Amino acid sequence: MTEHTIKSFEDELTALKEKVLAMGGLVEKAIRRAVRALAEHDLKRARKVIERDRAVNALEVEIDNMTRSLLALRQPAASDLRLVIATVKIVTDLERIGDLAEGIAECALQAAEHPLNHHVDSLQNLAEKAIVQLQDALDAFARNDVAKALDVIENDEKINRGFRSLQRENLTYMMEDPRQISAGLLASAIGKNIERVGDHAVNIAEMVIYIVKGHDVRHVDHETAAALVSGELDED
Amino acid sequence: MTTPSAPTDHASTVSEEIKLSVRHLNFYYGDKQVLFDNTLDIAKNKVTAFIGPSGCGKSTHIRTYNRMFELYKGHRAEGEILMDDMNILDPKQIPALELRHRIGMIFQKPTPFPMSIFDNIAYGLKLHTRLGKREIEERVEQALRGAALWDEVKDKLHQPGTALSGGQQQRLCIARALANEPEVMLMDEPCSALDPIATAKIEELIDELKQRLTIVIVTHNMQQAARVSDYTAYFYLGKLIEFGDTKTIFTAPKKKETEDYITGRFG
Repeated sequence: MTEHTIKSFEDELTALKEKVLAMGGLVEKAIRRAVRALAEHDLKRARKVIERDRAVNALEVEIDNMTRSLLALRQPAASDLRLVIATVKIVTDLERIGDLAEGIAECALQAAEHPLNHHVDSLQNLAEKAIVQLQDALDAFARNDVAKALDVIENDEKINRGFRSLQRENLTYMMEDPRQISAGLLASAIGKNIERVGDHAVNIAEMVIYIVKGHDVRHVDHETAAALVSGELDED
Repeated sequence: MTTPSAPTDHASTVSEEIKLSVRHLNFYYGDKQVLFDNTLDIAKNKVTAFIGPSGCGKSTHIRTYNRMFELYKGHRAEGEILMDDMNILDPKQIPALELRHRIGMIFQKPTPFPMSIFDNIAYGLKLHTRLGKREIEERVEQALRGAALWDEVKDKLHQPGTALSGGQQQRLCIARALANEPEVMLMDEPCSALDPIATAKIEELIDELKQRLTIVIVTHNMQQAARVSDYTAYFYLGKLIEFGDTKTIFTAPKKKETEDYITGRFG
């Protein structure tokens, strides 16, 4: 896109976007580390994830300050306005993902007492899918890539399916052997956290579409979103 | 109400009742064409803002609505501007004097006559009507109230209009236009010489006035267009680039040119 006549405004928008991406990188790493701590029974790593969530929270506050200044001092319009508004929302999603990573790390600490032998592979699998979704959503944000954002929205069903199958698997183990119940509940909580990461990735992807196209595709199905983006469908 | 012919290339119609229907408007300063096939509707009892960089034709466009250009040799307009099924560009259909009664205009610099506040408004009434003294007094008060100026000047009606502040002078000009009970009011940069408080008063007044009449405003201040208007038209190099409801234009314009201008990426 053409640059702003006022260069400092351009710089502030660029800085805002970079900060969001930095925060995205941080929470992505947190999820990855939390799951690894779980798989490797690495309590030290789990504690570090919990500790580092503070950095994520600090970034949230910093980015909110930036958006506030931009709104008050620059009065952004059109795509700039959409970027600023979307950033406010994306930052909330990222902060939640940070909390989810913290949640998984806490579960990893508990798993020291209730080993999750049966579930680790499926959880790792599910987490890998969620992390890819998050990466793609952040990528779409970095490059204003609407096609990628639509993919993220579409692919969420895979994670949901994975989570449901994990729950079924879990239930079978628990019914077979009541001693597995504690571990099963823990695995279920971790699975839920991972599944939520996927939901937040979808929220971010929806915001990317809003930034680029100006369409609000929250609360519509994937087909409607795609039709809005391609212009086949009008918002009203 | 007029039934507009279908606009051709722009989706420039409005869903409300239409006051003015501009169709294929071209404008020439001598041999030089400065407006190209402008087609849009002006909704009744709404505020329509024209924005665009200097020289984009927005002032030229608005000045066709009351045939201001007739004052200058070689200036001519082509196309149609329909008001109540009458093409107001055609002197045979409506004389300029009548047209300017029905479509009033406010300019960038306040232009009070060098006479008292009272006479600034009464002058035109005395010239064009046969109202008695009492009726004229009533109309003057009505006009000043309509322009939200009455309370500030009611005790000094016989002081010169030029002694008022800039913002008050502009409201005096609005009162003078209101005395003719126009159906449409054209405003060409009405606040560009005013401070923020005087500007806010004019903007508040615009909000009130649209209950009674239709307003078209040209402004360089995009925030002002965003604040006061219901519809916005973006002009560039004499062409109507985009027309739509103001909320859409300022949050998600459809054309890249509009986007660049609105976000300050222009030039």
